[in-house]
Formats: sequence, C-alpha cells, structure tokens
Amino acid sequence: MFLVSFVSMAQHHGNEHAQHAAKETEESGSSLKKDIKDFIGHHLLDSHDFGLFSYEDDHGKEIHFGAPLPVILFDSESGLNVFSSSKFHHGEEVAENNGSYFKLYHGKIYKTDAAGTISYDEHHHATNEKPLDFSITKNVAFIFLVGLFMFLVFTKMAKNYKTSALPKGFGRLLEPLILYVRDEIAIPNIGHKQYRKYMSYLLTVFFFVWIVNLLGLTPVGINVTNNIAVTLSLSLITYLLTTFTANKNYWKHIFWMPGVPTPMKFLLAPIELLGTIIKPFSLMIRLYANITAGHIVLMSIIGMMFIFKNWIGSPLSFGLAFALSLLELLVAALQAYIFTMLSALYFGSAVEEHDDH
Amino acid sequence: MEGLNYIGAGLIVIGAAVGIGRIGGSAMDAIARQPEASGKIQTAMLIAAALIEGIGFAALFAA
Repeated sequence: MFLVSFVSMAQHHGNEHAQHAAKETEESGSSLKKDIKDFIGHHLLDSHDFGLFSYEDDHGKEIHFGAPLPVILFDSESGLNVFSSSKFHHGEEVAENNGSYFKLYHGKIYKTDAAGTISYDEHHHATNEKPLDFSITKNVAFIFLVGLFMFLVFTKMAKNYKTSALPKGFGRLLEPLILYVRDEIAIPNIGHKQYRKYMSYLLTVFFFVWIVNLLGLTPVGINVTNNIAVTLSLSLITYLLTTFTANKNYWKHIFWMPGVPTPMKFLLAPIELLGTIIKPFSLMIRLYANITAGHIVLMSIIGMMFIFKNWIGSPLSFGLAFALSLLELLVAALQAYIFTMLSALYFGSAVEEHDDH
Repeated sequence: MEGLNYIGAGLIVIGAAVGIGRIGGSAMDAIARQPEASGKIQTAMLIAAALIEGIGFAALFAA
C-alpha cells in the first residue's frame, strides 16, 4: 500500500515537471534543451521561496505558485534585517528594509542601491557586498518540518508504550523498523554493552535521512539531502560523536597500533589520522552524490520526453523515468540504511575493547 | 591536456563498477552456498559496495 502510494507520488512528480516544461515546447530545440538544463539546475539549488510551479499567462506575465519564506540577513552597516522573501518578487524587484536595499540574483542575496544595480567583474561574477544570510530557506524550512513531524510521531509512539506493549496506528509500521535499526545495525556493529547511548542518534539519522529522501521524490520539489551543507552537518555529528566517545583503545590503534614494526608505526599513524577525517567525509559525499545523481538522471530523462516529441521516444523515456522512480525509492531507503550502518560501524570502532575481537 | 581528467574519472568509474559487480557476484555465490547466512552476507556486501561507490563519486566530483 505504502509503496504504491509513493510510486504514484513519484509519478506525479514527473507529470508536474512535464507540465512546466510543456510551455517551452513551442520554442526551438536548442532553447528547449537550455530550458530543461536551467530547470534541473534550479531544482537542485536551495531557494529563498517555496515555489510549487510557475507558468506564463496569456499576457506573457510570469505567474508563480508557492509561498514566501522569511529572509534573515545580518549586515555590518544596517544590522539585522528580517523580512519576507515575497519582497524580492522572485528576483525581479529590489527589496527595501530599514533603508537598505537587497536584491536576489542567481539565488544569492546582494546588497545594492535603491535602483538595484549589480556590478560585475571580468568573469561576470557579481561584486556587490553580500550580507550574512541566515534565512529560513526552502531546505531549512523542510528540515524544521521533518524534525517537528518526527518529534510528534515518535513522542506519541513512546507515550503509547507506557500503557500497552503493543504500538498503535502508525507505530505498528515504525516498530519493526526501529527494532531493525537496533538488532541489525546497532548491536552487531557497536556491541551489547555500548550500543544504548548511540541508539538515539542512529534512529534519528535513519528516519531523518529516509523521510527527507522520500520527500525529495514527491512533487513538492524539495531535496534537502542533495544540499552538501546538510550532509556535511550530519556527517560532522557522526565525526564528533566518534571522536569524543572514543576510548583509549581507539586512539592507540590510530597512533601506536600494536603488532606493527616500529618504523611502520610512524608511517601508519598519519594515514590512520587522515582516515578518521576521510570516513565522515565519504559519508557526506556518498549521501549527497547519490541523491544528486539520482535527481539529475531522473529529471533529464523526464526532460527527454519533450526533446523527442514522438511516439517512440517519449513513451520510452516515460517508462524509463517510471523505472528510475522505483529505483530511487530503493536508493532513498538504502542511503539512509548505509549512512546509519557506517555511522554505527565507526561508533563501534571507537568503543571497541581490546578483548572484543 | 584538456579533458584528460574526464578520461581518468571514466576509468575510475569503470573500476568501481567492476568492483561492485564482483562484490555482487561473490555475494550471490556465497548465498547459494550458505542460504542461511544470507542476511550477514547482504550486510557485508552493501557496506563494501557503499565504500567503493564513495570512490567512484569522489572521482566524479574531482573531474
């Protein structure tokens, strides 16, 4: 049931982008290709407003559907600026707040004069001053929403265990998953004695990454995990937890590993030390790259329908997009599993006792 | 030398693909020999595949 509903959502995702691209079909082939490329590029970036879709009406006016999000800027001159992103009018107008002017240009906010002039250097990069941007962007908003959702669902579930041993409602779906994380991921990798203190993080990261990946496949067009800053934060937590809960056995195996000839120890210690940073780095890259690559391929194939525009190519790419959507559902769960699994593996290596192996 | 980095990335991706393929094949062999250990084999297979995949993506991003 759930799979089917998710599949239909993934398909809807395809249809909606299809509608968006449909308006460009009258234009010439090369500009269509560029439009599709731009649309994919735009989709992969974070933005200051939550846009569902946009189109041009009969008078050639751009109509946007969506919701504005709060913009929070810190600037050395004017201090803290808080205003709604609807003031930008999707980058078309200059936003004025407390006497300072800001303009949205290619997804970034620049400080400008009242006319919104943006100056460029020889590489066509904007040279305007950039204020510090703490805005609640699309990704941040959805991280908050997913966090709130998880908090509500899991506290409700936890309360339920106080009265009965059986979970109710949605908890019946979640209980096997939680037990799976505990029995198949945490205990085998961390060990019976130590696993408890890591369970909260492992469960949180598993469900967060999974929910967020699945949301990325829905037609709302958000993709939190293909923002490298998000995966960086997640892997940074893993790194900090590993480093600060490690016992002396872990550090001994890094700096002065037993059973290795002394000259080799000097060679291996820097490599091992580098390895402690490479491990969370690869966690970050893996999640980010898998989700980004999946989105690019899926959207390119959807875009191909409008390039072919015939009875063979378009259904073929539709079928391919359908199959890939199914694959992406698997990838969404698999990446959450692998992130949790490898985190557990690293925690396990940090708390391993000498007699454990 | 323009474009040489793309050739290098391509070679690494081919290598990663061969590696993941071999892991999958070996896991199939192992499960066929010991179906009762399939759970453990799958876990080990996924971890190894994920680690190799990381190298492939690192190459893609370096290119």
